Amino acid sequence: MGVTLIVRPDAGRRRIEELVRQHEDRVLKRWLEITAAASAGRPDQGDTAARLTEIYQALRQSFAGDGDTSDLHGLLAELSRSRARQGFSPSETASAVFALKEALYEVVEDDGTPEALRGFVWFSKTVDDLGLFTFETYVTARERIIIDQAEQLLELSTPVVKLWEGIVAVPLIGTLDSARTQVVMEKLLQALVDTGSEHAVIDITGVPSVDTQVAQHLLKTVMAARLMGAECVISGIRPQIAHTIVTLGIEFGDIVTKASLSDALAHALRRSGVELAGNRRTRVTVRTEEE
Amino acid sequence: MDRVPVLKLGDILIVSIQVDLQDQGVLALQEDLADAVVATGARGVIIDITAVEIVDSFIGRMLATIASISRMLDAETIVVGMRPAVAITLVELGLSLGGVRTALNLEKGVALLNHLGGAQIATTAR
Repeated sequence: MGVTLIVRPDAGRRRIEELVRQHEDRVLKRWLEITAAASAGRPDQGDTAARLTEIYQALRQSFAGDGDTSDLHGLLAELSRSRARQGFSPSETASAVFALKEALYEVVEDDGTPEALRGFVWFSKTVDDLGLFTFETYVTARERIIIDQAEQLLELSTPVVKLWEGIVAVPLIGTLDSARTQVVMEKLLQALVDTGSEHAVIDITGVPSVDTQVAQHLLKTVMAARLMGAECVISGIRPQIAHTIVTLGIEFGDIVTKASLSDALAHALRRSGVELAGNRRTRVTVRTEEE
Repeated sequence: MDRVPVLKLGDILIVSIQVDLQDQGVLALQEDLADAVVATGARGVIIDITAVEIVDSFIGRMLATIASISRMLDAETIVVGMRPAVAITLVELGLSLGGVRTALNLEKGVALLNHLGGAQIATTAR
């Protein structure tokens, strides 16, 4: 009794392998028909058909050979990636793989032997695994894209701009975390070395909120710049943020803070010895123009 | 053992650290520098660490100690050419080099010393 239970599934598996080999043309044709019907109206039907044919052959070889599925998995990953690029959803790709069951079932039905039916259960499980594998490939590829984009965002969002000879500024946009602060700090310090600037303005107008951690990061940046022989001014402190900073009891010590970037620039210019024409004269000119 | 040379330029002493300093070398440098300040009557010491890529708390303390020794001998110490990575490391170590002045490069360091010297002379004259 025990022996028959072990032998039977194996016999079923062999029968399915035979059917897959013998009726290759018929099963493959049916499979392509089903997938083409499911993805009607999409471009590149021929591309998908060619890929499915390759996959079918790899599947047959993995049955015939020692069960090595690396080829098969490689082809499936390629299919998943190419279909993802064409705008297919991952479940559509998985359904296309699952359609192979439907295609083979017709052959199994015609065959009608109990071995074939039993083997079909095993086959169904194998195809399920393959379908899920395409799903996993899709998710992995998607995750890699997200990680890449996050890195690109990190690079993009932290420009160091030169305001004047010897004055650079970093307009910070978005929430500051340790990773971003590290990038900002390195970029700012490198810019100080490259441009030989002695003054830096860190503008936090675009930072939505300042907590103790963000303040700590800012202080570290300022201290590092000081160690290199440059002075930092923090600008763009909005009223709410000033309130938060005082409420939290954060001590900025002798670090110069200014309300706006223009104030910070004026301060840095004065410190670097640039003479500024008086504001009053500008105002008079404006008035004359208005009249 | 490598000894770090102390160069004299006018009334400024320049020390350029080009090698990875070991503890013994640091102590030797401190002695040499103190001797040189007394012998030349220098009013400023510039320590150039452009070539230093790795720092630890010991090097950080060395800079502070040299600054204190020089100040005792009435010479201002300026550390120049600190690399960004070094600055970040020192901040992470919690060393802010309180009594040490810094400048971006040797040129700006000399300019800063001249500025400080000018200011001192001006106050004395008044």
